[in-house]
Amino acid sequence: MDRETQREALSATLEAVADRIEREKGHLTDLDSAIGDADHGANLHRGFQAALEQVERDADPDAFVKGVGMALVSKVGGASGPLYGGSLAHASSEFAEGITAESSVAFAEAYLEKVKDRGGASVGDKTMVDALTPAVHTYKRAIEVDDLDPLTALARAVDAAERGVAFTTPIRASKGRASYLGWRSVGHPDPGATSTLYLLEEIRDVAVEYLEGDLDASARTPGTDEESESDEPEDGVDESGAGE
Amino acid sequence: MIGLVVVSHSERLAEGVCEVAAEMASDAPIVPAGGTDDGEVGTSVERVMEAIETADDGAGVVVLVDLGSAVMSAEMAIEESASEAVIADAPLVEGAVNAAVSATGSKATMESVRESAEEARELSKL
Repeated sequence: MDRETQREALSATLEAVADRIEREKGHLTDLDSAIGDADHGANLHRGFQAALEQVERDADPDAFVKGVGMALVSKVGGASGPLYGGSLAHASSEFAEGITAESSVAFAEAYLEKVKDRGGASVGDKTMVDALTPAVHTYKRAIEVDDLDPLTALARAVDAAERGVAFTTPIRASKGRASYLGWRSVGHPDPGATSTLYLLEEIRDVAVEYLEGDLDASARTPGTDEESESDEPEDGVDESGAGE
Repeated sequence: MIGLVVVSHSERLAEGVCEVAAEMASDAPIVPAGGTDDGEVGTSVERVMEAIETADDGAGVVVLVDLGSAVMSAEMAIEESASEAVIADAPLVEGAVNAAVSATGSKATMESVRESAEEARELSKL
């Protein structure tokens, strides 16, 4: 992907994510009302709307991602601001030379490390870390060890995140506001893990749109690619987002 | 003098804690940073940064926090701010009162004020 296409893809990703959060904000708030302070959907929505308004669309990839991060930090108003926004801003420097399979792995790892560092959470605490950790590890392995193309790697990362969200349902929260509820937090999926999954799904869907033609068809596993496409109800949304 | 910043999810709660602490130590610069930019319930990194810079006269700032995102917002604000600041791991009201009294002492340092705030963890009310 040349720089211009990378800019378009990032812009389309931001539109798709902001749109998805807008559609899911009620659901995220319901999840958060079960175990938190019922503001996760509204907070993220406010943050991504600010990002849509504030971020310069023709910025380089690292500056673009940093701009999204800083908009989230300034507007979210809850822990998701520093966690999502601060980590995006921190990891954005990995895109200084542009977005490649290698730099996306470095970005994902830097992002995960910052989330864990900032939140002090580990796997099993019932937080976004439970979706993010398997997703990042799966992505890294798919690219670096199994030598898969980024689309297949992303599809696997999304699957891993989905299992991570399911894993948060039966466990008891030990971090964040949900930890005050103790055993009452059991039986509900974690809102932060859920929104992390939504973001990854949108990134995957936009990547399908932008990378599909670029990849050498013979290098891909056809079954996995088809699956990631048929999984995805947001195709029209991405297109409308990219066209704005 | 060591400055104090009170970070709370509620604008009024932050102001109220500052009001109570200032009763004990009216000289200390105690600055509230409560609520989001729009005055909603939540915390704002920008508000905390501004408060730290207002409270700092060069000697450093001790930051008191309520729950959850207050800690993360305060951490980010300290990283982004040009002023020296530390977070006290203390109950908000008692910690702020202890810190305010301690900050007016002639030998107060950022560390000694933070320690005074954290001593409030041991206070028993009954």
